[in-house]
Amino acid sequence: MTVKAIINGIPIEVAEGTSILEAAKKVSIKIPALCKHPDLDHTAACGICIVRIKATGRTLRACCTPLENGMDIVTHDPEIVNVRRGIVEMIMSKHPNECVTCSRNQNCELQTMCADFNIERSDLDNIVPDLPLDETTRAVTLDPRKCISCGRCIQVCQKDQNVWALTFMERGIETRIAPAGDISLAESPCVKCGQCSAHCPTGAIVEYDEGPDVWQKLMDPELHCVVQIAPAVRVAIGEAFGFKPGTNLTGKIYAALRRMGFKAVFDTNFGADLTILEEGTEFVERFAHGKGELPLITSCCPAWVDFMEKYSAPCRRPTTPRRSRPTPRRSTWSRSCRARPKSMRSSATTT
Amino acid sequence: MPKFTPADLDAHKAKLLAATAKKAIIKVGLNTCGDAAGAQPVMAAIKEEVAKAGLDAQIVKTGCSGMCALEPLVEVSVGGAAPTQYGRVTVEAAREIVEKHVKGGRVVEAFKVPSVGEMSSEKPVPGKQYRIVLRNCGVIDPESLDEYIARDGYQATKQALTAMTPEQVISELETSGLRGRGGAGFPTFMKWKLTRASRPGEQKYIICNGDEGDPGAYMDRSVLEGDPHAVIEGMIIGGWVIGASQGIFYIRAEYPLAIERIEKAIKQARANGLLGKNILGTGFDFDCEIRLGAGAFVCGEETALIASIEGLRGTPRPRPPYPAQKGLWDQPSMVNNVETLANIAQIVLRGGAWFGAIGVGRSKGTKVFAVTGKVKVSGLIEIPMGTTLRQVVMDICGGTSSGKPIKAVQTGGPSGGLIPENLLDTPITYEDLGKLGSIMGSGGMIVMDESDNTVELSRFYLDFSVDESCGKCAPCRIGGTQMLRTIDKIVARKGTAADIAKIRRIALTMQRGSLCALGQTTPNPVLSALRYFESEWTERLVPATKK
Repeated sequence: MTVKAIINGIPIEVAEGTSILEAAKKVSIKIPALCKHPDLDHTAACGICIVRIKATGRTLRACCTPLENGMDIVTHDPEIVNVRRGIVEMIMSKHPNECVTCSRNQNCELQTMCADFNIERSDLDNIVPDLPLDETTRAVTLDPRKCISCGRCIQVCQKDQNVWALTFMERGIETRIAPAGDISLAESPCVKCGQCSAHCPTGAIVEYDEGPDVWQKLMDPELHCVVQIAPAVRVAIGEAFGFKPGTNLTGKIYAALRRMGFKAVFDTNFGADLTILEEGTEFVERFAHGKGELPLITSCCPAWVDFMEKYSAPCRRPTTPRRSRPTPRRSTWSRSCRARPKSMRSSATTT
Repeated sequence: MPKFTPADLDAHKAKLLAATAKKAIIKVGLNTCGDAAGAQPVMAAIKEEVAKAGLDAQIVKTGCSGMCALEPLVEVSVGGAAPTQYGRVTVEAAREIVEKHVKGGRVVEAFKVPSVGEMSSEKPVPGKQYRIVLRNCGVIDPESLDEYIARDGYQATKQALTAMTPEQVISELETSGLRGRGGAGFPTFMKWKLTRASRPGEQKYIICNGDEGDPGAYMDRSVLEGDPHAVIEGMIIGGWVIGASQGIFYIRAEYPLAIERIEKAIKQARANGLLGKNILGTGFDFDCEIRLGAGAFVCGEETALIASIEGLRGTPRPRPPYPAQKGLWDQPSMVNNVETLANIAQIVLRGGAWFGAIGVGRSKGTKVFAVTGKVKVSGLIEIPMGTTLRQVVMDICGGTSSGKPIKAVQTGGPSGGLIPENLLDTPITYEDLGKLGSIMGSGGMIVMDESDNTVELSRFYLDFSVDESCGKCAPCRIGGTQMLRTIDKIVARKGTAADIAKIRRIALTMQRGSLCALGQTTPNPVLSALRYFESEWTERLVPATKK
């Protein structure tokens, strides 16, 4: 089933259920939208994507309104643009002006939106709340001051991941994201999967940054620093440096890490091979010789293991293998290079 | 008690009507308003005096007759005479009334106040009260099923279930012109028709929206407390028409007496075969339960209300899909306001044409208002649509309590607006109030005299809406707070003309960009105050400095 409608005078036919936002894209009309993430359901939170229904003059959100037969829609007129601008200004009035020190700088959807609307100054009061950082997981950093309440993280945490670590607390202007009951993220059911930070449009939830700590350690002459890289990094890193996507940069990474000051560079591939051997052996024992239960489910992902431990505790022991992580063999290396284990620091990179 | 069949219901009614009445009937208003004014000790004193003197008197606790300002209210009728209404009755006064009137047969003029009967008319006349929704409020004991049955109770249910088709009921509603009394005014027949047509055969729900929360509004509370069975009847008929087997009363937890009375009424109806399996022997199964609202104004918005029943955060979601398509637990659902439901039984019994003849234009029937503020007699009134605001304030409520001229009337609570004195001859209809920048709303009406200040009044409403914003969408969440800060600046006499422009800009963003009606209408009180009383704003501004 399709529906026929008109957007900015252009006739359009799309599958039934297509949102106005998606439909407009098909005729190369960009309706600005902030809270809607292409991978997620609409949260209808920001209101920037409003469009006008010509017949009634009403404004509706394009992200969550399906195109209907006979609709005649205007996506841009002076009032709509002013309202959109007004909303961005409002969001900015409650968002700290800390772009240059924010880890999302130049990679921030709010910053881009602000630039798109040429918002350089505003007469709205600055009403940034005073809320503490939550770095307790050492995996993601939650800065509720920077949150624009788009609801993406909550949707992905609750609906997609089924973890329910994050929720909205309070209401009105006091609305903020936090683990339910206002406990710390570390005490919450968070499994550190990182989906919240991956979908956050601003710097409200970002990956915990170990960078400064690593540089500190590297500069300490008393320390012996080693590093290991995960298999995916050598390929994934290329794009950020202007290489063609998919370029294998193993050699360049090794060299760069050495120049940074690491005394030795390990490759997680080696640990992964050992892990696979171990897991394979265990599987053979269980499957062929009946030693242990089946199925055997395995993952190197600590978030996956955490999820199993928190949400599927009864099946954890029998289904996960005894050794499932390719962790560095610190004691082995310290013996062979005669470094004191206490002075050794190890960094690992994953994607 | 046995479960009623249609014939039993009629027989029971006849028996109740035939029963010889006691010599004297004493009614004491015991809604929340009466209780707060001290009606409980008055009731106790009356019981004591009657028992002491061994009088043949029936003592009835009733709901609110509407004259809340005159509570505690006691109504006495001796030997079938027309009832006399006593107001502001103290314990001592109550003893005197029993002694002189009930025992001695002499009316105690000192405590006499106009009765509802004197205030309302037999026929619907604009400017006079006419009671459909409040017909039993203050008249019957809300906790007595018998008293309700004696006043045609459950006759409409019988009529619909045994002698009509759901389509006929919808058609009567269409003829009646009844529109949603929660404020938006959506045609009720249309809502019923759409929900009936949606996904036939599937589980459906009918929900009574009792989450009344406008400051100064208590129409729904009074109806739930004063005539609970009438609302239940609306639910049964509605459930039957749309094909629902389950009804849910969503009542705010701040209404404990309303909850208690609905709970009792549900139990009574269930025990008598008026709820539950095989209602009145017709094979229709329908039952009701109660869910409590936890104090969020936004939960009066139907999608937020549904989320709240589901145990989620009470925040609205976009429509479509409408509840008729995908409501509670994703099933077709219909949310109706208390007052809307209280009209249903009377429309079914007396016909859509009867109801449609009351009112004007596209606004039919009556509307209940809670009139408060600077009026002589504040309270609940029910008037035919088309009555003017001036008639309500001057004729029905006796003008201002201060004697000063009226300045404005506020309708629609925090979503409505101010209407200045020179426009008070506007008839009360959805359309006319809308044209003035206000709304019909659920029935709050606040009267202001010359000593009131519109800047501060609109600030009060804005503060309320800001506090009640759910926080889901940016224009309402942030816009409201920014507007409030700007008004505070003006109140502190630090604002400039630029701040007025800023208020208007924020208002437009909220009206166009907010997801639900709460955010869209939050600027209304401020905008109407600016529209009609601009000088009150500009005189507070700091003159612009020359550059």
